[in-house]
Amino acid sequence: MMLIPCPWCGPSDENEFGYGGQAHVAYPDNPHALDDEAWGRFLFVRENPRGWWQERWFHSAGCRRWFAVARHTVTNEIRAALPEPT
Amino acid sequence: MIFHFDGEPIAARPGDTVASALLRVGKRAVATSPYLDRPRGVTGIGEEESGAFVQIVSGVGEPMRPSTRVEVVAGLVVRGLGGRGGLPVAPDPSRYDRAYLHCEVLVVGGGAAGVQAATDAVERGEGRIVLVHDGPLAMAVPDAIQVLQRTTVTGLFDAGHAVALERRTEHLLAQPSPDVARMRVWHIRSARTVLATGAFERPLAFADNDRPGVLLAGAAATYATRHGVAWGRAVVVCTDDTGLAAALALHDAGTAVAVVADVRTGLVGDAVRALAERGIDVRQGWSAVGTDAAADGGVAAVELTPVTPQGVVLGPGERVPCDLVAVNGGWSPNVALFTYVGGPVTWDATRVAFVADRARPHLRSDVTVVGSAAGDGPMPANPPATFFGAVANGPDIASRVFIDPGRDATLADLHRALGAGLRSVEHVKRYTTIGTGADQGRTSGVLAIGLMAATLGVSPGEVGTTTFRPPYVPLPFAALAGRDRGRLSDPERVTAMHDWHVEHGAVFEVVGQWQRPHYFASTQDESMADAVLRECAAVRTGVGMMDASTLGKIDVRGPDAATFLDRLYTNVMSKLQPGRARYGVMCGADGMVLDDGVVLRLAGDHFLVTTTTGGAARVLEWMEEWLQTEWPDLRVWPTSVTDQIATVVVAGPGSRDVVAAVVSDLDVSKEALRYLAHAETAIAGAPGRVTRVSFSGELAFELMVPAWYGDHVWRAAWQAGQAHGVTAYGTEAMHVLRAEKGFVIVGQETDGTQTPDDLGLSWLVRKPVDRAGNPTPDFIGSRSFARADTRRPHRKQLVGLLPVDPQRQIPEGAQLVAVGADLSTTPVPMLGHVTSSYRSAELDRTFALALVAGGADRHGERLLASFGADDAEVVITSPVFLDPEGARRDG
Amino acid sequence: MPTLPTHPDFLWAEGEPKRHYDVVVVGGGGHGLATAYYLARNHGITDVAVLEKGWLAGGNMARNTTIIRSNYLLDASAAIYEHSLKLWETMAADLDYDVLFSQRGVLNLAHSLSDVRDSKRRVFANRLNGVDAEWLEPDEVAKIAPIINISAGVRYPVLGATYQPRGGIAKHDWVAWAYARRAADLGVDLIQQCEVSGFDVCGSGDGRRVSGVQTNRGPIGADRVALVAAGHSSVLAARAGVDLPLQSRPLQALVSELLEQVLDTVVMSNAVHVYVSQAHKGELVMGAGTDAWNGYGQRGAWHVIEHQMAAAVELFPIFARAHVLRTWGGIVDVSPDASPIIGLTPVEGLYVNAGWGTGGFKATPGSGWVMADTVAHGRPHALAQPYALERFTTGALIDEHGAAGVAH
Repeated sequence: MMLIPCPWCGPSDENEFGYGGQAHVAYPDNPHALDDEAWGRFLFVRENPRGWWQERWFHSAGCRRWFAVARHTVTNEIRAALPEPT
Repeated sequence: MIFHFDGEPIAARPGDTVASALLRVGKRAVATSPYLDRPRGVTGIGEEESGAFVQIVSGVGEPMRPSTRVEVVAGLVVRGLGGRGGLPVAPDPSRYDRAYLHCEVLVVGGGAAGVQAATDAVERGEGRIVLVHDGPLAMAVPDAIQVLQRTTVTGLFDAGHAVALERRTEHLLAQPSPDVARMRVWHIRSARTVLATGAFERPLAFADNDRPGVLLAGAAATYATRHGVAWGRAVVVCTDDTGLAAALALHDAGTAVAVVADVRTGLVGDAVRALAERGIDVRQGWSAVGTDAAADGGVAAVELTPVTPQGVVLGPGERVPCDLVAVNGGWSPNVALFTYVGGPVTWDATRVAFVADRARPHLRSDVTVVGSAAGDGPMPANPPATFFGAVANGPDIASRVFIDPGRDATLADLHRALGAGLRSVEHVKRYTTIGTGADQGRTSGVLAIGLMAATLGVSPGEVGTTTFRPPYVPLPFAALAGRDRGRLSDPERVTAMHDWHVEHGAVFEVVGQWQRPHYFASTQDESMADAVLRECAAVRTGVGMMDASTLGKIDVRGPDAATFLDRLYTNVMSKLQPGRARYGVMCGADGMVLDDGVVLRLAGDHFLVTTTTGGAARVLEWMEEWLQTEWPDLRVWPTSVTDQIATVVVAGPGSRDVVAAVVSDLDVSKEALRYLAHAETAIAGAPGRVTRVSFSGELAFELMVPAWYGDHVWRAAWQAGQAHGVTAYGTEAMHVLRAEKGFVIVGQETDGTQTPDDLGLSWLVRKPVDRAGNPTPDFIGSRSFARADTRRPHRKQLVGLLPVDPQRQIPEGAQLVAVGADLSTTPVPMLGHVTSSYRSAELDRTFALALVAGGADRHGERLLASFGADDAEVVITSPVFLDPEGARRDG
Repeated sequence: MPTLPTHPDFLWAEGEPKRHYDVVVVGGGGHGLATAYYLARNHGITDVAVLEKGWLAGGNMARNTTIIRSNYLLDASAAIYEHSLKLWETMAADLDYDVLFSQRGVLNLAHSLSDVRDSKRRVFANRLNGVDAEWLEPDEVAKIAPIINISAGVRYPVLGATYQPRGGIAKHDWVAWAYARRAADLGVDLIQQCEVSGFDVCGSGDGRRVSGVQTNRGPIGADRVALVAAGHSSVLAARAGVDLPLQSRPLQALVSELLEQVLDTVVMSNAVHVYVSQAHKGELVMGAGTDAWNGYGQRGAWHVIEHQMAAAVELFPIFARAHVLRTWGGIVDVSPDASPIIGLTPVEGLYVNAGWGTGGFKATPGSGWVMADTVAHGRPHALAQPYALERFTTGALIDEHGAAGVAH
């Protein structure tokens, strides 16, 4: 059970949180300017690294804030959290 | 005390396990091997036990326990197992608890190294120190250390999380007590963890090494010294100095030691001298190659022979009668927990063992290993031999050399695996099943690796170990389930009016975690079908009341609330005036309908959004995600008020009269409170809001009050309704009524793959420019409508269906195929499916809603509904079966 | 207790990889091995190497809970899984290896009216697609699996179930070895401890073409490359400049000790998140949902196991005293519509077969068959066409979330 470092509540059990996948994926400024392939990429393609990445968590059983952490997807080592959005 | 084993009474002493008691009375054959029907006895003293498994029959009962870990208590009844445990069917009344603990230091293992580590931590003032030991603690520890006895750490996980199983009552009571938790699962967070988990002795490979009476030498010695077990005549077969020590201990405790066969030569040191002083025959460079059986199937004699260090048999040997063969093939540090958190392990050729590799840095620097688990300790006088057993040449010998007796897995199996071309230790494990039994390879694992390495001519380190996995010891399902049983297995959500529903014959439907009245049985015999027809008729011709409190309610307020809702809904909410309500649909970014509901505007900056019952949490999270991660500049604050507000629906031609009777300062006449208008007012004295909105298509009102007034207001409305023949109705009637009007239910007409257009709701989707020619704000999902598949014709579209036989009710889920389709040749092309299907009181016939390919353009066509072995013809119609002009909702 | 069938005396030989192959299959799991076998057997393409970074079939193929069924909702799914099921039915004879395929039936329980509706929709669709399916009322469920608690007093009562009689289980490792042995017999090179680190791609833009792979044992040339690497597929595809819409999640499973037989069928419950069968030698084999987060560690969090146990004991009271003997995890590649991605990529000669998520084992033979055909002909097999990568552009998703839940 990971401890997720909520920037507001402190480290809390992972089952207090919802998960949001890759962090810092901005909604396109003008979706209608994208062709279907680019729009499909925004909808469905996300990074999926084996290693360090930035991902989003949501403290659903706590402060209900979204934030990003850096986590290693093999070891589950977690580094500092950044409040979303940056 | 007396306990029963296989129906026989057995005398035991305090402190006995089933294993020690059986050994003491000479009951050698305890269990039977799983496939070869060979007798098996006690081999070890702890969880490394590989042979003597028992079923606990008394009390709660438990399958497949190692007899070495079952403490004897008065009234205990056990029986030997033949490979598979039994599952008693009687309910288990015991309590199983979960407990939590935070500490600075967790020490796992209460042997010398563990106690030392805990004591050192106390002296350093490290904070809260917890020591976990799997048996009764043998040594005294300082009071400052919290000790969990009879507790086994079963797993280490992320961030200093450990899980442990505490067995609390089995050493005290044979029968469970309902008042005392039988077991506890501890969840521990520690800043650092010290593993003092010891080491397991290894057996050796030789023919018929599985007979009862062949034990690990250290275990035999402990049985002799601690439990007073004595054998007639022992032979010790060993590869390291602890075997010599075991021989001395056995002798001094009263067991005659006929021979010590040590594979090593040139032995020196105190133990050698002590053995000589006692006149014990030590054969250096000798080992065992076989055993003979006695009448009980246990060992009657051991075949000893001189061997080379590589295990080649030099003959001739000697047959030595004995009833105990005490085998020491080395020691394997117990590194399982360490590896669970990625701790590296390395082969130490000097110790002849896989040890925690403390030289290699690893991620979990908070987890350290001490004591024999780390291969610590002074080097012995004589180095241990790298020797895994001696096997004579000859046919049918390897198939009697047991590597994992618990799996009846032998050296022959290992040879076959290697002969098959397998080289990975994981493959060999799976091919032979070595290590997959209840002892999870504690004694067989390294033995197999050593034999494999020897056969392949590589070092055991090059072979490597298989993966250790939690739980470290078997964990009962019920202990893990803990208190999450029965009513506590998931929260049950009920509305403020629940008691009234129960009192009035409600039959409930599970909707997520909610209990919602499905229908109300007016008499004990009333069928659901009759009840629903009655309820529907009442709503359409009189007045009905329904509890709609479970629908999601989200308070959305802030200067940018309207802008925000415009981005979420397909229709423009910012044009909604305060005091008015509007139905809206929201889509995911993929253009598929996510949820729907009525939105009330309370003020310029204040809305009350309603959602489906099942979608409430998801919609709130959706809102929060967009606001926080994409639009942080919007000043909007959504708050769930689902549980805080109770909602009473009063519907039907008579509803206005009922509502008028319970509201005091609001004119609810047709002219004053128009359709989709809402206003605050006192309702039966409670502060509330009345909205004119209709899901049934009849004149209807929703009364909203704070939930703590819900029961009061419901009862007041019910009372007022008596004069009008009010009828309570449930979700089924509600479903029928809305279906007659062609209103969709998200999650029933939709499955996540329907756009608003598919559902006939394109009128609800704003155009890119408004009537003045100004561009409308973009909303989530709009871009996806333009994708090739999303705008193709002949998508499945919402239609109504009328069965050709007006009394035939088509099952929901029925598939729609062409009339005349050949149903015997699959696949049969399917054109759609039935989403909702009911009997209409008003129409006095059956009807349905369905999604049909290109259905919007197919009204009047016939299709065949196929449902299992049966089918029925249907006609495609508009999904609105009643009152298409919507005149009824004005009353 | 009856003994289990013995394995063949010989499975395959280790070899050094050649410098070039006609086809390189990246990923030596069940799907990769089946692909190689069918390339050789159906298409006479034998200049093939299967490259596996660890020990053969040591990934998800070694870790799944062995459930086999074809009762998926949508036409495309029913077609490919049913094709696979028919291959299961002849596998022991085709591969001359008893993989203990046991068609003991699969129950999918319904616990709410919504479940019942969705279940019947699936049963009716299955039948019209030629997939054996029945709807059972609770008392009929109890006849097939008497240990299920069908009483109305539990938190989420059983309201019925779908039943696929031809579904069942098989021994996962043995299936892999069966395919490996026969592939090797037909001339396929099985190369273990060979990790692909990248692709040799020439050309640019739409004219890109694969010419080989980079490995820790040197470069290996290939005219065609089949990427069949489950949880690692997207990491590898990215190195060829191909973005796959996949996320890799931990999926845990567990076994009990060996127990007397109490369960003769496979039982799945999406609502209470548990699925279970009892294997030939007697252990309960169980699984639940994925952990929520992306993970390549082949392990998950313990609370997932605890929730699963609570659900299991409610549904099967007799399990209360069974023990969890061992837990483990795999890496499942989940796609946005819970359906696989099969076929061509923007790089010519590079084919992908991934995204089977939590439900890959049952598809092993069908996936391999279809992939081999696709690679052999350079165009998607008919059964693979709906699963093209393009669907994420057009929106023609094959959304099996509802029907499959955690698809197993």
